[in-house]
Amino acid sequence: MPSSEVLSKTPRKPYPFPDSRGRFGRFGGRYVPETLMHPLMELEAAYNKAQSDPEFIGELAALRKHYIGRPTPLYFAKRLTEHLGGAKIYFKREDLAHTGAHKINNALGQSLLAKRMGKRRVIAETGAGQHGVATATACALLGLECEVYMGTEDMERQKLNVCRMRLLGSKVTPVDSGTKTLKDAINEAMRDWVTNVADTHYVLGTVEGPHPYPVICRDFQKVIGEEARCQILEAEGRLPDLLIACVGGGSNAIGLFFEFIQDESVRMIGVEAGGHGPATGMHAARFAGGVVGMLHGAMSYVLQDENGQIMGTHSVSAGLDYPSIGPEHSYWHDIGRVEYAYANDDEALAAFTMASRMEGIIPALESAHAIA
Amino acid sequence: MNRIDQKFQALAAKGETAFIPYITAGDPTLSQTARIVLELERAGCDVIELGVPFSDPIADGVVNQEAAQRALLHNVTLHDVVALVRDLRKTSQVPLVLFTYYNPVLAYGVEAFAKDCKDAGVDGVLCVDLPPGEDEQYKRSLDANGIATVFLAAPTSTADRIALIAKQSSGFVYYVSRTGVTGERTDIVSTVQGMVAAIKEHTSTPVAVGFGISTPAQASEVAGYADGVIVGSAIVRLVGQYGEAPETPAKVYEFVKPLVDATKSAHRTASV
Repeated sequence: MPSSEVLSKTPRKPYPFPDSRGRFGRFGGRYVPETLMHPLMELEAAYNKAQSDPEFIGELAALRKHYIGRPTPLYFAKRLTEHLGGAKIYFKREDLAHTGAHKINNALGQSLLAKRMGKRRVIAETGAGQHGVATATACALLGLECEVYMGTEDMERQKLNVCRMRLLGSKVTPVDSGTKTLKDAINEAMRDWVTNVADTHYVLGTVEGPHPYPVICRDFQKVIGEEARCQILEAEGRLPDLLIACVGGGSNAIGLFFEFIQDESVRMIGVEAGGHGPATGMHAARFAGGVVGMLHGAMSYVLQDENGQIMGTHSVSAGLDYPSIGPEHSYWHDIGRVEYAYANDDEALAAFTMASRMEGIIPALESAHAIA
Repeated sequence: MNRIDQKFQALAAKGETAFIPYITAGDPTLSQTARIVLELERAGCDVIELGVPFSDPIADGVVNQEAAQRALLHNVTLHDVVALVRDLRKTSQVPLVLFTYYNPVLAYGVEAFAKDCKDAGVDGVLCVDLPPGEDEQYKRSLDANGIATVFLAAPTSTADRIALIAKQSSGFVYYVSRTGVTGERTDIVSTVQGMVAAIKEHTSTPVAVGFGISTPAQASEVAGYADGVIVGSAIVRLVGQYGEAPETPAKVYEFVKPLVDATKSAHRTASV
């Protein structure tokens, strides 16, 4: 094993995805009504410009440090490690980021971008409410008007986050159509965006959607893995054997995995929501039960019936309750770089209790799927 | 020649504008849809758009969303809609365009879909969330089977995109009159006429205008410069109101006739 100093400086091969058409192999792309095509191209151009602008980079770096509170700690879970008696377990503590989740990394980055683009209004969808809270927070900070779409079922099970968004000055609009969850909130946000695209930016909360959203969100989230890689090299002097993350749309998992994707010795597992178990049909395990299709602008694995109608999902965690998955995950799945497994509701709940009692860390139900 | 092209040629010879209604197939039932189509034809509609119900219609306003949901209650599928066209062809030669989302077509299989459309007598397909260039196979397969590929153009389309859309569209170009989802509106946006003219600089394919048109006055205004006037949600709302009642097709006829008449009697200010 090379020294940690060598590892941290290992030159990276160029990573060719997404290509110029926003594809990760056969996944991704830009499948949207024509009205959104030019706005997406504008967004892509504005984003590319911002990414090479020292002022934007500097502003984001300062906010990450002083506002979000980055870097977040990499915490050695000693009691859990002893209890399980196997590998040494570390938690990347995104729960200690401002607003309590990794979602702020993307929401703040995109809101800064929106402001730069001269948009006065920002909209977002939310499932568990974390992305909604993060976007409402970023908008409060930057003085942007904010409206968040949320399924009525999710509003019921995540009441506290609805209060937080409203406290932050955001409008929360209930979505009562379809399955009344994240998928339908995205539908409604897209309908708003297609209508108000002239002055509104849509802050999509995960590595889903039409190009360039998957790459923008990945880039704003990859700081998780960049920090984790330095932190583990400092703590252990070597790379980890295994990374585990839960996967809904998959922004946290991509954020962690991306920096390690070329470290061939590092095995990675994405954990989907098994709900009551894939056999019951009440789940959100896209790789176990889905086929390739197109939802919300991107080609990916999608839970659907044989006629191409999107199926309802079930998970105890609102944040994983979504019938498709980020296109880059589908690509990693197909090339075998990342393994995907699922944890059922009861397994996640058991892990939730274990982490709480053994480490004094009450995880999100989403993250509990990864611990399980 | 494709029925759509024949129809537009005949209209052009008379200096008339096409009237194109949209209804959701299978709302409330497939057999009622068949009866409504025949009434639409009798009212003088030139091309009829059959909406394929989809679970997540992001381009549609609430009226069309609810219609799709009603159809999906009976599990109406893309296969069913193609079969409906096959049945209709026993009694009608009115040009028919399927208005669908992309995922049902993907699930069907693009190649098989194109072939079945040809066999059934479908004349054109509009995939609302498939912009030109995103799936070349789709365009190739439909072209090979003589099915028109209708693409959307929008107020946000740049000159480059208009050129691409004009090149890839056959049958007609569907100009979306405003940014937004389907649904009735009270006015016609002032930029529509200029955009229709801009599209026509790139192509001799007819340009039809939709999204937000619901009254004879609006139809007449748009018919003054466009090759086709599309009305959807207002008709879908009516179908939703009367549902399975036997008088539904007659009610649709009564509503659509003045729209057809307004379209046909409009004075064309721009030549086709």
